Amino acid sequence: MKPARFEYVAPATLDAAVEALAAANGEGKVLAGGQSLLPLLNFRMARPTVLVDLNGIKDLSFIELRGDSVAIGALTRHREIEHSPLIASRLPVMSAAMRHVAHLAIRNRGTIGGSLSHADPAAELPMMAMLYGASLTVQGPGGRRTLMAKDFFVDALTNCLEPEDIVVEIEFPILQHDGWAFEEVARRFGDFALASIAISIRRDKSGIEDARVAVMGVADTPLRLENVEKQLCEIEVDSRMLDRFSELVTSSVTPNSDLHASAEYRKHLLGELAKRAMRTALAAKG
Amino acid sequence: MTVNVSVTVNGTRHDVSGVEPRLLLSDFLRETLGLTGTHVGCEHGVCGACTVLMDGHSVRSCLMLAVQANGSEITTVEGLGAPEALNALQTQFREHHGLQCGFCTPGMLMTGEDLLRKYPLATDEEIREGLSGNLCRCTGYQNIVAAIRSAAAILRENV
Repeated sequence: MKPARFEYVAPATLDAAVEALAAANGEGKVLAGGQSLLPLLNFRMARPTVLVDLNGIKDLSFIELRGDSVAIGALTRHREIEHSPLIASRLPVMSAAMRHVAHLAIRNRGTIGGSLSHADPAAELPMMAMLYGASLTVQGPGGRRTLMAKDFFVDALTNCLEPEDIVVEIEFPILQHDGWAFEEVARRFGDFALASIAISIRRDKSGIEDARVAVMGVADTPLRLENVEKQLCEIEVDSRMLDRFSELVTSSVTPNSDLHASAEYRKHLLGELAKRAMRTALAAKG
Repeated sequence: MTVNVSVTVNGTRHDVSGVEPRLLLSDFLRETLGLTGTHVGCEHGVCGACTVLMDGHSVRSCLMLAVQANGSEITTVEGLGAPEALNALQTQFREHHGLQCGFCTPGMLMTGEDLLRKYPLATDEEIREGLSGNLCRCTGYQNIVAAIRSAAAILRENV
């Protein structure tokens, strides 16, 4: 047996799951897709005494249009988001990012609630939550509350949840934009990003009217670069624009060096990806 | 604490009691059911050797507990074809010499089956992206890609 012993519970309702988690006194873990948790269990880096399996709670899995937002249930698999026509039409940047989320077999199991909770700084879905300014509904023993993505990701692999909280659903506001792009480089396709950028823009006659810019792989959490967004709306769309944008992006981040890439390399890479992404986003509308 | 696991594997129903919840699906298939066609490589979701189909979708059996497969239908490499009657994808692996030592092959085949169902696989890039979660240390992937390219082309012709 690879994992250490644990007690396994598979509640049929969210209330029962929260109760089971609370009863574990901080020694419990939530099992959703298991694509990050199972490796930790197999290595015995995580040794929970109770595992609360959410997979039997069917109403946690949905993708629905809700006014100006798209709401996604926490147990929705990456595969379902990847192939959803609703996501493709309303959250196009996210749709484009999905094929970069790990590998086929992992997308078949992994869930959005699990990916956000795991809070890997180089994972696509946390980055999308930042880009779109998503809000997360979580349930704990005291009931439900809503958290903004920017407050949710605290540090690498660290979110702001209490041990007995469970993510219920995530709401992504739809951006009324007309150009967007997603760029990522990883050592092996589907692996965690060395650097990645996502942008979404709305143009008017003189330039860019509204912009969103998010990056990952270059800090302890995914980042939304609000300063860059503001400055984008002030610069002209001319021949120097790509270079200026690239400079704005790279001067806003201070990546770390690790086994996979030096800080300088990551920064250079991000700058190039920024140019590529902006070129694509601008080309979307003439 | 033990649990009961009822699962259909390659069309045969198995009801097994006394299963520890921490038993991985990969070990359940190999050790409890004796289906050793599913290979175990890294045991933490990196190499893809243990890939099986669960309800038609490829999953890494080392990243699932056996108890989570309760009530589902699993297909392992033993369920694809027999030595004297290989299925379409297996035939292409043979034709194109898409294996050398064979350790990664069960995972490559199960991933290939899922890829052929979900994606058009019109370009080699698409095939390589699809196979990126499965490691092979012998072939350099060329012949595996060729086998899947050929299987996709045959599938297109037959539609």
